Amino acid sequence: MSLLEISALTKRFGGVIAVDGCSLSVADRSITGLIGPNGSGKTTVFNLVTGFIARDSGEVRFKSRSIAGLGPDRIYGLGIGRTFQLARIFPRLTALENMLVPVRRAGLRALLSHGQWRHERERAMEMLEFVEIAHVAGTLGGALSYGQRKLLELAALMMAAPELVLLDEPAGGVNPALLERISEHIRKLNRQGVTFLLVEHNMSFVMNLCDEVVVLHQGKAIASGKPKAVRENPAVLDAYLGT
Amino acid sequence: MRGNLLPRLRGRVGWGPLKLFGLLGLAIAVLLLPFVAPDPATTNIAVFTVMYIGLATAWNIMGGYTGYISLGHAAFFGFGAYGLGLMLVHLDITPGYAPFVLVPVAGVLSALLAVGIGWIALRTRAATFVIVTIAFMFMMQLLAENLVKVTGGGGGLGLPYSRDWGGDFFNTPYYYAMLLLAVLGLFVSWWIRRSKLGLGLLAIRDDEDKALAVGVPTRAFKLTAFVISAALVGMIGGVYAYYVTYIYPQFVFDPLIGISMVLMAFLGGLGTLSGPVIGAVLLEPAQLEFAYRLGASRLYLVFYSAVFLLVILLLPRGIVPSAAELLNRRRARPVVS
Amino acid sequence: MGASPPWFTMTLVLEAAALGILTGGVYALMASGLTLIFGVMRIINVGQGALVILGAYLSFAVFRSWHLDPLLTLFITMPLMFGLGVILQIVFIRPLKTDREALSVLVTYALALGIEGALGYVFTTNYVQLRAWYETASFAVFGFHITYVYVFGFLLCIAILGALFLVLYRTSFGGALRATMLNRTAAQLIGVDVDRVSAIAFGIGVATAAAGGVVFGITNAFNPGSHYDLISRLLTIIVLGGLGSLRGAIIAALIMLVTEDITAVVISPVWATFVFFVILVVVLIFRPQGLFGVRVRDRI
Repeated sequence: MSLLEISALTKRFGGVIAVDGCSLSVADRSITGLIGPNGSGKTTVFNLVTGFIARDSGEVRFKSRSIAGLGPDRIYGLGIGRTFQLARIFPRLTALENMLVPVRRAGLRALLSHGQWRHERERAMEMLEFVEIAHVAGTLGGALSYGQRKLLELAALMMAAPELVLLDEPAGGVNPALLERISEHIRKLNRQGVTFLLVEHNMSFVMNLCDEVVVLHQGKAIASGKPKAVRENPAVLDAYLGT
Repeated sequence: MRGNLLPRLRGRVGWGPLKLFGLLGLAIAVLLLPFVAPDPATTNIAVFTVMYIGLATAWNIMGGYTGYISLGHAAFFGFGAYGLGLMLVHLDITPGYAPFVLVPVAGVLSALLAVGIGWIALRTRAATFVIVTIAFMFMMQLLAENLVKVTGGGGGLGLPYSRDWGGDFFNTPYYYAMLLLAVLGLFVSWWIRRSKLGLGLLAIRDDEDKALAVGVPTRAFKLTAFVISAALVGMIGGVYAYYVTYIYPQFVFDPLIGISMVLMAFLGGLGTLSGPVIGAVLLEPAQLEFAYRLGASRLYLVFYSAVFLLVILLLPRGIVPSAAELLNRRRARPVVS
Repeated sequence: MGASPPWFTMTLVLEAAALGILTGGVYALMASGLTLIFGVMRIINVGQGALVILGAYLSFAVFRSWHLDPLLTLFITMPLMFGLGVILQIVFIRPLKTDREALSVLVTYALALGIEGALGYVFTTNYVQLRAWYETASFAVFGFHITYVYVFGFLLCIAILGALFLVLYRTSFGGALRATMLNRTAAQLIGVDVDRVSAIAFGIGVATAAAGGVVFGITNAFNPGSHYDLISRLLTIIVLGGLGSLRGAIIAALIMLVTEDITAVVISPVWATFVFFVILVVVLIFRPQGLFGVRVRDRI
């Protein structure tokens, strides 16, 4: 069963076609990699799926329900979270407060009340411990190191228990030790039932972590399948080595 | 660690018994002021100072928490002023304490106006938002000037006042009304800050798109803050109208009132609770004094401008955060992973 | 608004439209400086109105002392105001590092107040106007009366806007300026001194205010407080045109002024100003980014 289904998705920016009739699907409970040379449209696909930009044509279905045209906050509410290429957190809030921002449902009473804080705070601390940054819970986001921010971004995202998480270059700017930890966290969360779609350039990271890999080239999906098969696909090699 | 969590008031250094005593003393002084210093000149300054405490605090709920700077809040001030004025004139209320009961109605009216203005103004990003708020304020001023049959136009609108409140006593009920509104404003501001709404607003201020990405309904939150802020300002405008007993369009839909509340919030510290209070207490008496001395020659505008520029250039974060930084050695240290 | 034969009203409407185009040129000039400043520095110069008035008063002072034709005073006031603009940018705008967009609004507002106060002190709050022989003289074209002053003003605006476009598209400085407008960081990477470009751009913006001020001052009575009305119109124009778009500002100015002047004739002068805001509201509902603005989301 595919959790996320993209069909014939197209997006133009002026004269440039960033995404050109792209079709791909992400299987439920999988870790799917989205790779391709620079400029192949990967981040644009992310932005289209998560509602940050509007598509020109095509369809995006999450759990068989069309989500094209919804805003980013609605999409998070439906259970799709995302990280950003350069890890984004709220610099003037503490790490713990960062964890408490994500909102899955906002009833008026829940908004104004203070009561549910304790329960949420406990969960937040648990998540922080899970990614091993509980010791900086009281530190302002702006004062955290880049690696800590990346972990915080992921942890905060999980607060509303999304079913699908889009990771935009999770390995970017990260040292090998931290990279291993991030891989571990992703695997653990996946075992708990979270589906991942990640954009990444670090090939060994992708090959080790992903069950499925989709290759994008000039806005189209040109290959998909098991990592090993994709790596040996001549069309893929062609795309990377370039014409 | 618990002290650092929500609510996180930057000016907060610790609730020692000394501070508690001090605050209690201050509260008593504030409550008894009209009886300790009953001369009208002093109580007049008190009324206006407390008025601006309320205005700056109310403005801060939008500008300080969300980062969306509204330079047109005088639109709500004037709307509340005319709202109350017209109600008093048309409903034939006997002046005295009864008109104060209508003040919340002025607040509701301003809130409704804010829903309309906010729904349109918040379609834009922060830079355009500023412009739109200015434009709406001038539009309100224009309406007040031109709907002569309703508002009296440029000739102004007169409100009834109580002749029983003679001499020294006259300012007193207005002082307490303004005080009540200021305290209400502070309470609402504090309540929002420690709620999910407040956290969402601060997130919007830091990074609006990221807030969207984690599910914060940014438009609804911003509109809520805007409406609450407007309602408070409208009520204060209503009391103001009743106090001065005669209002003109250009003096209630007055860009200077709008900019004063912004300056005070900035001086004290955006997004803090005590910041607007400190800003108002420092600036309003000075403003009144300068307007009195230099008003005719327009030089008081130059004074205004100078203070404003100095504050922004030298103390961009405001007094309270800067002071807190100095006192609080235990700043967040960057932790190496 | 009584019952007049259609052809009579039609003439008035067309005259109003012509007037709208001519005065639109003036506003286009003033708004162009404003939108240019936003484009380069991403700041909103709320003091542009006050600078226009300052330019008008400077011309007034020169005109009063040396009895120069107001349009000729531009040779003095424009360079002067350019210098002032550069100084203002360096002293008050450049130091703003964080929260630039919000703080710059407050800074420029403060400057506007200061200018208003200073002008009020020096010139008092009485209304004045720049006088010229062509002020009321008019000529007839196809049965319409068009006053010389508006034509001169319009020509001046075309000339200066033309010069502006020349600078922007034909000089290397113009290229640097446009690069900075498109992407400040990228411009820095290719070696543009963005600080210098910003200062000069601000100077140009203020210089155009001086030019606008002269024409404004000939066709309107003004006093130090006139900047409020002016800036609210200018801001509305650049929002309609799209923040940062030069041709947007020009087209928007023409649309706004023609609509306003026609409304003055067809409905009443009182509601003509109101039309400005009606247009603003309509634009914001249907196209918040304005005619030529770009729907901007933060870099994702």
